[in-house]
Amino acid sequence: MVPLSCYLMLSGILFVCGVLGFLIKRNIITIFMSIEVMLNGVNLSFVAFAAHWHSLSGQVFVFFVMVVAAAEAAVGLAIIIAVYRTRETLNVDQVNLLKL
Amino acid sequence: MICVAGAVNLLVQSHPINSALSLIVVMASLAVEYLLLGAEFVAAVQVIVYAGAIMVLFVITIMLLNAGKEERSKGSRVAILLGVPGAAIGGVLVAWTLLHRANAETVAIGALPGDPKAIARLLFHDFLLPFEVTSVLILIAIMGAVVLASRPEAIARPHPSTPALEETRELVAPGKER
Repeated sequence: MVPLSCYLMLSGILFVCGVLGFLIKRNIITIFMSIEVMLNGVNLSFVAFAAHWHSLSGQVFVFFVMVVAAAEAAVGLAIIIAVYRTRETLNVDQVNLLKL
Repeated sequence: MICVAGAVNLLVQSHPINSALSLIVVMASLAVEYLLLGAEFVAAVQVIVYAGAIMVLFVITIMLLNAGKEERSKGSRVAILLGVPGAAIGGVLVAWTLLHRANAETVAIGALPGDPKAIARLLFHDFLLPFEVTSVLILIAIMGAVVLASRPEAIARPHPSTPALEETRELVAPGKER
């Protein structure tokens, strides 16, 4: 038996790591990866609560979150490629104009 | 645990490919967590979708753009002075609440009957409309990715009246001759 708070703690730590990476990192790809870490932390808390309440709806929600994450990753990486093609940089400090 | 170590390593590494590899470690250990919780379907989907598809997408993008080391930028002093104590206070509050409220609420290992049959029944009966909506969403995402990542010349229609697009037609023309 593992206490529920352990899972919630791990999920919170993962989420905070994602937020920190989102704020600290300067590489646009790494920022995207931190967003994925945040989504994973939320997924873990969904599954932990689903196991706690003996309900399967949480797992279905995790499925939907994964679908949204996949769509977001595909579109985001396409945007990154488009940005790199026009600006030749991946540093978010240098991407400060919407239009060149 | 391994998961936290992977997540911290993602923050520390300066090269994106190292961050991607540590993200794979995070995904894999989370899949093990799901297995321990009894959610076999979610664990399998985690491995296939995240560790399989999304990470391959990330690694291919890193290699395509040959991303180098990122340079560190100095944060402002106000952010450090206010942010570090604020983050510490928030973390202490969350930890205190969790430890205070968590008395006997435990989750048995393998507690959930998370077999794919029950999930499929739930997914295709109760959540049928959201399922269809997500399928439309992912279709739109595919089209958006193709439009965004393709070169601008491939999308732009050659129009005879504008001189700027004449170059585009000349670029397209050798392909047509073949």
